Amino acid sequence: MHPPFSVIFLTTLIGAGQGLFLALFAAQCYTRLENIPQQTGAFYAYGSILALTLLTGGLIASFFHLGHPERAWRSATQWRTSWLSREVIVLPLFMLMVFIYGTLHFFGINPPIHATVAIPKGGLTIIVGVIGIITCFALFICTGMIYACLKFLQEWHTPLTPINYTLFGIASGFSLAAVYTHVQQSPLLGFMTLWAIIFTVFAFFTRGASLIRNYRLKHKSNLTTAIGVRHNQIQQKAQGAMGGSFNTREFFHGKTAMFFKSVKWIFLVLVFPVPIALLSLGLTNQHMLILFVLAFVLQYLGLIAERWFFFAQAKHPQNLYYQTI
Amino acid sequence: MTQLALVIDLNVCVGCHACVTSCKQWNTSGSAGTMCDDNPYAAEPTGTFFNRVQTFEVGTFPDTETVHFPKSCLHCEDPPCVPVCPTGASYKRKEDGIVLVDYDKCIGCGYCSWACPYGARELDEHEKVMKKCTLCVDRIYDKDLPEQERKPACVMSCPTSARLFGDVHDPDSEVSVAIREKGGYALMPEWGTLPANHYLPRQKTKLHIHDDKLTRVDNPLKKEGRLSTDEDGPFLEDVTTW
Ligand code: SF4
Ligand code: SF4
Repeated sequence: MHPPFSVIFLTTLIGAGQGLFLALFAAQCYTRLENIPQQTGAFYAYGSILALTLLTGGLIASFFHLGHPERAWRSATQWRTSWLSREVIVLPLFMLMVFIYGTLHFFGINPPIHATVAIPKGGLTIIVGVIGIITCFALFICTGMIYACLKFLQEWHTPLTPINYTLFGIASGFSLAAVYTHVQQSPLLGFMTLWAIIFTVFAFFTRGASLIRNYRLKHKSNLTTAIGVRHNQIQQKAQGAMGGSFNTREFFHGKTAMFFKSVKWIFLVLVFPVPIALLSLGLTNQHMLILFVLAFVLQYLGLIAERWFFFAQAKHPQNLYYQTI
Repeated sequence: MTQLALVIDLNVCVGCHACVTSCKQWNTSGSAGTMCDDNPYAAEPTGTFFNRVQTFEVGTFPDTETVHFPKSCLHCEDPPCVPVCPTGASYKRKEDGIVLVDYDKCIGCGYCSWACPYGARELDEHEKVMKKCTLCVDRIYDKDLPEQERKPACVMSCPTSARLFGDVHDPDSEVSVAIREKGGYALMPEWGTLPANHYLPRQKTKLHIHDDKLTRVDNPLKKEGRLSTDEDGPFLEDVTTW
């Protein structure tokens, strides 16, 4: 597939935004349970603004993918069958929850709600946060399922696809949260850093698993099934167009094998070992902001490469019909 | 239930591209707007087509065969391109099974083209909406056309009659009979899309001549002409005069 940059930015930006919101809410629950001094409302409010900025950035990027963005509202109608439509509904819903969550914190509105036993000493923000978390995970699933539901794109058609989207989002969100807590001089820096490392390690295992899976993948379609002629030696001689077509532009990444391989190694290095090393250093040198900033920025750049590779690696069966001019 | 479809006979298709040009001509002049066509006479001609004829070579030289292969939307009975569409612009008609795109609803997200394993959908790069074969839905029901012309443009134009059009759910239709009797098959059956369009395989007409047809074993004399008593061997007389 041809990697569309609008979608690369959409998925990486909203992933980080979702992860950051998860980190903020995890921090709120953690301080409550562990009796660590409560963070100020402003801590959560500004954090929510940061998350909203990323989500909005992703949303804007997604519009560049559409031929007719002015009709985008129509894409919320087919939620019964289309994962894309579901994502279109859940993304603004999640943004709304982050907005409410941030606003409540900003104005310090947190009336205690004692009725729920499950959440000891929980306030309204906890309830809003939990709804936020649910929409957040729903959004991860929708995003991943857009790709995983296409069964003949065999590289994507696996539960590992939504799992990777989720773990990458959370890992980059916690990396960003580490930078944020550092800037805010919050005692939660160690908490954020540790979890950023843990989620990055998880993502390493699941992405590694999908790389191995795709390496061994046998494609079900071949030229014999594509044109229905039973022969081992079939060669295309003409594709019916000399200057290429939508089919040749949309479904091939168009880069050399060398470039493709390099992107794989770039993302394998930038997403996993580099941030893990920087964050581990940061755990012992908590005063060095640069370590945390570098960890987040490099991991985010790595994720852009990862997403490029994710698209480029998928071989669409239609390519069988477009092998030679 | 009706399911209109094309049946394409690879046995007679000569790869002349008449269906491609007549399709483009009909559909680019229709009410749905033009199909883009960039640099048509320059080095890199490109544009939107509903139908393309591709060519494949089967076998290794010198033992090869050329297969011309027209390809358009197959109007799948279980079309994977339809449920993924977020706007409902892509739909399959209940009454005749034609898969269509509503160009006024389509947002041009391209997701349906990812979901078609055959590459039958092409995004019009000028109008920014998804386009594909309509089975000439604006011809086949047009009462202003004479009855015999109410067929897709490609079917009308094919000089070798390689393209048949009809209802594949009616067992007695021309297309169903052709599929049944000439071994019609569907493309990429592994994905369960149940394409309505079928292809008829190439068939070679072969004359089988066996050795016993070349030598007349029923002629014990191994010779034409009058019987001669000079020959050795069993003669009719040997038996009868005995
Ligand atoms: S051939 Fe492709 S575009 Fe046509 S109905 Fe089947 S899946 Fe959809
Ligand atoms: S490109 Fe148009 S028809 Fe295709 S999925 Fe998007 S909105 Fe639907």
